[in-house]
Amino acid sequence: MQVSLRVRRFDPESNQGPYYQTYSMDAPDYYTVLDALIHIREETDGTLGLRCSCRSAICGSCAMRIDGHAKLACKTKIIDLTADGGEVTVEPVGNMPVVKDLIADMKPFWDKIRAVDPWLQPEGPEPEREYVVPNEAMQDLAGAMNCIMCGACVSDCTVLEAELNRGVPVEKTWLAPAALAKAYRFVGDPRDDHQYDRLEKLSDSGGIWDCTHCFECIEVCPKGVAPMDRIMALRDKAVSAGITNNNGTRHAKAFHDSIKAYGRLDEVTLVPKSVGFFNIRELLPQMPTGLRMLKAGKLRLPHKAENKKKIKQIVDSLDKEQME
Amino acid sequence: MLEHDVLVVGAGLAGLRVAIEAQKQGVDVAVITKVHPVRSHSNAAQGGINAALEQEGSPDSWEAHAFDTVKGSDYLGDQDAIEIICREAGPEIIELEHMGVVFNRDETGHLGVRAFGGATYSRTFFVGDITGQALLHVMYEQVLKANTRIYEEWFVTSLIVEDGVCRGVVAMDLATRRLHTIKAKAVVLATGGAGRVFEPSTNALIVTGDGISQAYRAGAPLMDMEMVQFHPTTLKQNGALLTEGARGEGAYLLNAEGERFLGNERNQFYAPSKMELAARDVISRAEQIEIDAGRGVDGCVLLDCRHLGEDLIRERLWQIWELAMDFANVDIMKDPVPIRPGVHYIMGGIKTDVDGRAWDVNGGGWGGVKGLFAVGECACINAHGANRLGANSLLETVVYGRRAGLTAGFYVKEAPTALLSEAKMADDESRIKEIISRPDNGDRWAALRLEMGEMMNSQVGIFRTKENLEGALEKIQEMKLRYRHVPIQNKGNIFNTDLQFHLELGLMLDCAEVIALSALSREESRGAHYRLDFPARDDEKWLKHTMAYYTPEGPEMDTLPVTITQWEPTERKY
Ligand SMILES: Cc1cc2nc3c(=O)[nH]c(=O)nc-3n(C[C@H](O)[C@H](O)[C@H](O)COP(=O)(O)OP(=O)(O)OC[C@H]3O[C@@H](n4cnc5c(N)ncnc54)[C@H](O)[C@@H]3O)c2cc1C
Ligand code: SF4
Ligand code: SF4
Ligand code: FES
Repeated sequence: MQVSLRVRRFDPESNQGPYYQTYSMDAPDYYTVLDALIHIREETDGTLGLRCSCRSAICGSCAMRIDGHAKLACKTKIIDLTADGGEVTVEPVGNMPVVKDLIADMKPFWDKIRAVDPWLQPEGPEPEREYVVPNEAMQDLAGAMNCIMCGACVSDCTVLEAELNRGVPVEKTWLAPAALAKAYRFVGDPRDDHQYDRLEKLSDSGGIWDCTHCFECIEVCPKGVAPMDRIMALRDKAVSAGITNNNGTRHAKAFHDSIKAYGRLDEVTLVPKSVGFFNIRELLPQMPTGLRMLKAGKLRLPHKAENKKKIKQIVDSLDKEQME
Repeated sequence: MLEHDVLVVGAGLAGLRVAIEAQKQGVDVAVITKVHPVRSHSNAAQGGINAALEQEGSPDSWEAHAFDTVKGSDYLGDQDAIEIICREAGPEIIELEHMGVVFNRDETGHLGVRAFGGATYSRTFFVGDITGQALLHVMYEQVLKANTRIYEEWFVTSLIVEDGVCRGVVAMDLATRRLHTIKAKAVVLATGGAGRVFEPSTNALIVTGDGISQAYRAGAPLMDMEMVQFHPTTLKQNGALLTEGARGEGAYLLNAEGERFLGNERNQFYAPSKMELAARDVISRAEQIEIDAGRGVDGCVLLDCRHLGEDLIRERLWQIWELAMDFANVDIMKDPVPIRPGVHYIMGGIKTDVDGRAWDVNGGGWGGVKGLFAVGECACINAHGANRLGANSLLETVVYGRRAGLTAGFYVKEAPTALLSEAKMADDESRIKEIISRPDNGDRWAALRLEMGEMMNSQVGIFRTKENLEGALEKIQEMKLRYRHVPIQNKGNIFNTDLQFHLELGLMLDCAEVIALSALSREESRGAHYRLDFPARDDEKWLKHTMAYYTPEGPEMDTLPVTITQWEPTERKY
């Protein structure tokens, strides 16, 4: 089939800014986006920069934005994107600095992974043989170990994007989905003896409570790791472990109280309740957001929802169920 | 000048295992790798890792594992090396488990195993079908924990050997194209195989035999390079591999007539008793015979998983379900998938002793380079002989990685510090500048690489003859001449992959030459090496290793005897 690849180019050695270059070719039906890029690099344009190695979705090198979403180029067939004569847009991953063409600087990604102390921490003497643990537990962890560290989820995480847009320096941004999925792999490991400390650390600001459930990471992950689900599982574990003295659980509780009382979200008190009413240091940076939201009409003073009674009943019954 | 006690080249399983062990000796260790560690090719291993773990009620033993390995090797494996790898396998698996590998368990919560080709008992430990990935990521976690210095995305261009001793490497920082001399008392090569010398291949694009060629150029001999393994089940579309674990779980191989042809008595090479679980060389040959005889489907035979059931495929063979779906458009739960043999692994490599040293400390009669170690697929400790058993290679990376790390750690404590010149770096710099400055003559490295790979596959492939091999050698000479004029388009400094692949091709051509010449010299058929003009194994003349030494005029061939401890060669049948 005839296809055009519109590729975002950037060469820091030239004094030109980023631009788009279109390559046209006759691509066989089985061609992936990576096959096409390799074809370009080998036959027409040796200056095109990209990372790739395995060609089979296992090395994690080739994540990039394809038609606006992060994908593995080697796992994305052109025929699934466009019909004969169509165009595909290829850009580097988002939320990370671009080094050249489709090559991004993955340092922020790895720094976040490192930040969760990603190694098993058992205590006490090692058994002579293997740790005896249920297969189901290992299967569950193997699901998280399926992560190939491609960065697709981090590229498209909406919270991270918002932080960067706000000008938060990248090393101060939140942990983001991949590192949290990695953290889950240890918290969920029956052999690890630091679950509580890990959960406590992960519950700090910039951790598990910062996710906004946008599903984006689940959507883009090429290996079915479902980072958001792992984050939710970590929240459950943290709360069950009694780790509630943090913004996240306060936020969740405020959320819960607001719905119970007003039948809807009270956004005005949500933030102060989450970080604590007198936590000026954390409240201040939130002010502009609050003001912007007020202006945009997104923040309204609380008024009671019509079917408030019904909602309260639902919340009560959920509460009761949880108690039991 | 950058300087370390032990410099490990390569961050696959072998390299990282070396680094962890050497660091435990309290010496300064660094790792250098052309891709981020977890991008290394070790992550592609799907099936598992072998060990005869002493278990109550299990009839298995390290001796049984060793015998299977000796037999699998068609008696070319060195039996001292095989005894070590099999004896140390159990403790190594336990150590991996303690590091955090999430091995599959049985109903009692103990480590579970699956069957694999060429094995008398089931002894393959696994993590679904992502064993290599699961191991590599855990090994990387351990390196993070130890805070090991890693030069990431640095490409080694040459080894530095002065007075017959390896003293460091020249390497290019790919992000800037700057060359550096890195001085080291010991250099450990763990650069992986050379699968891309052939096209098609199951191997990742980075598996280009760099370390093998560089060691050879530096004076270390290469052993048994003719022994190249074809894996029986690779996808036609892109050469991707479908794990032997599939056959381990009970999948069938069928020809166009729907017959499980391995059980057919029509050919002496088939495997009527072991069937789909015979050794790889045997099955690959049988497939090729079926395909050549017109009993294939579009140049392929069929792998049938349908009867294994959805649950088992979901839990244990998920990755191959995905691969078949993505690349062949086949749902293995519903249809058989077309597969064919493809180049997969190189048994030969840099000759080392059982502690990874690439020089002769025991007066065994071979020359080498002091201070140089090799381990993993680039090395030839010779635990695989003429054919590697599935799941023995991951085992080799960790068992011999540990031993080499330990030995290198000891070695550097005694090694004197020497002054080192930057001459080699200057050489490499002018070599690279010359490539960049070449005028465009219309030729491309990609075209040359493809030609080399396809030629190797057809003339140095599953079935070989004198005529084909000589023809191959001639073509390689032509290609080497042509290579000297191949230009690159990219003149930039930042991630100049055009330049990197060009340099890799130069290294691959060396490997191709040694493979073809070693194959020509071995006038018999054994394991993966099959000569139509010498169809029988010839223990009298060829129960020995081929050795290739670099000379400016081309490889010089020699031989070394095979070490036999307790298993005398007998006929090999599955
Ligand atoms: C598809 C597939 C499936 C497999 N399945 C199994 C299995 O189930 N069981 C089993 O036992 N074996 C299996 N194998 C074989 C096994 O995976 C490999 O033999 C083994 O992982 C090799 O490990 P290694 O550490 O030696 O090399 P690699 O993992 O290949 O690492 C090589 C390292 O060297 C570095 N490097 C190379 N050249 C340079 C240079 N010039 N400069 C700097 N760095 C360099 C690379 O960056 C990389 O880090 C499989 C192989 C393939 C291809
Ligand atoms: S669900 Fe959470 S972690 Fe995932 S992309 Fe959205 S905000 Fe980020
Ligand atoms: S969780 Fe998925 S998307 Fe994120 S890094 Fe891992 S494999 Fe990639
Ligand atoms: S090339 Fe390895 S994941 Fe795409």
